[in-house]
Amino acid sequence: MPLLSLKDVRIGFGSGPGRHEVLRDIHLEIQEGEFVAIVGYSGSGKSTLLNLLAGLLQPDAGSLQLRGLPAPGPGPDRGVVFQNYSLLPWLTVTENIALAVDQVFPEWQPGQRAAHVRRYIEMVRLTPAAQKRPSELSGGMRQRVSLARALACEPAILLMDEPFGALDALTRANLQDEVVRIWLENRRTALLITNDVDEALLMADRILPLSAGPGATLGPSVSVPLSRPRDRRSLHHEASYKHARRTVLDYLLGPGSHAKLAVSRKLVLPDLLPEDLDGPRPSLFAPPKRRAHSATETVELH
Amino acid sequence: MSAHLELSQIGKTYSSARGRAVIVQNFNLKVAKGEFVTLIGHSGCGKSTVLSMLSGLQPPSEGAIILAGKEVRGPGPDRGVVFQSPCLLPWLSAFDNVLLGVNQVFPNAPRAERHQVAEYYLSIVGLADSMHRRPAEISAGMRQRVGIARAFAIAPKMLLLDEPFGMLDSLTRMELQQVLVDLWRRDQKTAVMVTHDVDEALFLSDRIVMMTDGPAAEVGDILTVPFPHPRSRQEVLDHPEYSRLRDHLIEFLEVHAHRRKTGPAEAPADTAASVPLACPHPEPTPLPLSTP
Repeated sequence: MPLLSLKDVRIGFGSGPGRHEVLRDIHLEIQEGEFVAIVGYSGSGKSTLLNLLAGLLQPDAGSLQLRGLPAPGPGPDRGVVFQNYSLLPWLTVTENIALAVDQVFPEWQPGQRAAHVRRYIEMVRLTPAAQKRPSELSGGMRQRVSLARALACEPAILLMDEPFGALDALTRANLQDEVVRIWLENRRTALLITNDVDEALLMADRILPLSAGPGATLGPSVSVPLSRPRDRRSLHHEASYKHARRTVLDYLLGPGSHAKLAVSRKLVLPDLLPEDLDGPRPSLFAPPKRRAHSATETVELH
Repeated sequence: MSAHLELSQIGKTYSSARGRAVIVQNFNLKVAKGEFVTLIGHSGCGKSTVLSMLSGLQPPSEGAIILAGKEVRGPGPDRGVVFQSPCLLPWLSAFDNVLLGVNQVFPNAPRAERHQVAEYYLSIVGLADSMHRRPAEISAGMRQRVGIARAFAIAPKMLLLDEPFGMLDSLTRMELQQVLVDLWRRDQKTAVMVTHDVDEALFLSDRIVMMTDGPAAEVGDILTVPFPHPRSRQEVLDHPEYSRLRDHLIEFLEVHAHRRKTGPAEAPADTAASVPLACPHPEPTPLPLSTP
C-alpha cells in the first residue's frame, strides 16, 4: 500500500469562463521510505500540488489518501518545509521548534520534549544558534530551523516546497547534502518540489516531471538508479545520470511540452537598415535606408 | 581581415581615498563577425566592467575599443544590450517597450514597417499572444524575452548580454538559452556575454574567455568550443569533449576561487568597481559560483 496517494485529482481557481485550471489528471503514489522529486516550471502548479498533499487545499475532484485512508485536512503526519521558511519572528530557534513539538506530543514530560527539541537542533547543526531569533540568522540557517521543526514532529512524510530556492549556490549545495544525510540516517519518506533538474537528480530516487500549465499534469516517472552518497562532480559522467536527465528534460522542454499558439500567423520582417545616430540626423523626408540585396523576410509561426 | 570587435590593452582604474584600484588591466580580445564569445569568472572579477566599457556606459581608463572600424565612445544603438533584470518601462506594453527603440533607429520607415519589426521579434521569442501586456502582467521569464526581442529589434552591430538568465529558474533559463541561440543564428549577430554558469557558456559560445580574479583581472585563458552549429542541448551534452571542457572550466574557476581566499589582500576595490550593467533594481545579486 502506498504511503501517500492522489487519485484523479483536479483543481482550479475561479468559476465559469474565468476559471483557471491548474492541475488535472493527477495520479501520484509515494511508497514508504522513498525520496521523490517533482520538477516543473515556475507557475505550473507545483506549490498547489504540495498544498494538496499537505491538506492545505482541497481538490475539486479526486482524493488524497494517507496509508489507504482519506486524509481530509493538514496534520502532523505530513511535515512541510516552505521556501520562505515561515518561522515566527518573535520566537527563538528553540521556541519555534518547541511550539510544534508541544502541539504534537502533549502527553510527553516537559523535559522529554525539551530534549527532543535539542536533538533536532543538533541534527541540523544549529546548537550554537539555539537561542537566536530568525532575524539574527542567515537564509540557510533559517531553512535549517524550518527543516528541524518539520522533522521534530516525526511526520510520516516530509514535504519540501523549493526549500533551497532562495539560497545562494554554496549554501544550497551544503543544505542539499545535509537533507540527504538526514534522510539516509532515518529513511523518512520525502517529497521534494523543485525547478532544478540537477538538484532532483542529486537527491531523489525517482523524478516526476510536471508539465507546463495551465492544466498541468504529471509525466511518466523517471527512476534515478545512482548509488549513494552521490558526488556532484563525478555524477555528470555517469551514463544513467545523463539518461535520466535527458528523459526529464525531453518531457519538460521538448516539442509538445507547451500549449501551441492560439492562431498561426505570418510574420514580416522589413528589410530596413538602422540609421547611424552618431552622425547628422537624416532629413525628415529622406527615404528609410534599406538592405541592398535581401528582400522582406516572412516567417510563418504556428 | 580585421576583427569586427577589437579590445586593445583595455584597463579600468578607479581612484579612491585609499589609492588607485585597478579593476581590469591588459585586456586584449578580438572578436570575429558573427562570433559568440563568453566572459566567465567569479563575481567581482571585472567581467561586467568589461561589458559596460563595451556598451559605452563607462569609458576605459586605458586602451581603446574598436567596433566595425569605429572607436566606441559612449552608448549607442549599434550595440543591443540584454540586462540581467530586463529594465522595461512599466507603463508601456511589451510591444511599446520594443517599439521605443525601433522608432529611434528607423525614424524614416513607415509606421506599419516599424510595427512589423517589433511584432516579428516579439513573436519569434514566443510572445505572439501576450505582446500587448504590461511588464507587471507577465512572468519574469516573459519579461526577459521582451528584453531579448528589444535588443535584436534595433538591428545592432553586436549584442551585449550581462548574465541575461541569472535571475530565472533553471528550466526557464534552458528554454531562453535555446531562444537566444536560435535568434543569434538567424541574425548572425556578433555577441559578447557575461556569465558564471559553465553549462550556459558551453552551450552558447564559440569561445570562452576565462578571467582571473580581481583586482587587476586579466584574460586567464581562452577556450575554443568545438561543438558544431546549429546546436541542440542534447547533442552538446553527448559530445565526447563536453565533460572534459566542463571540468577544465570548473577547475579554472576553483583554482581562482582558492587563490582569492588565500592570496594577499590588495588595495580594496572601490564599490563602484563591481556595479553590474543593470538598472538599480532591488533584486538579489547572483551567486558567486553556479557550478556544483
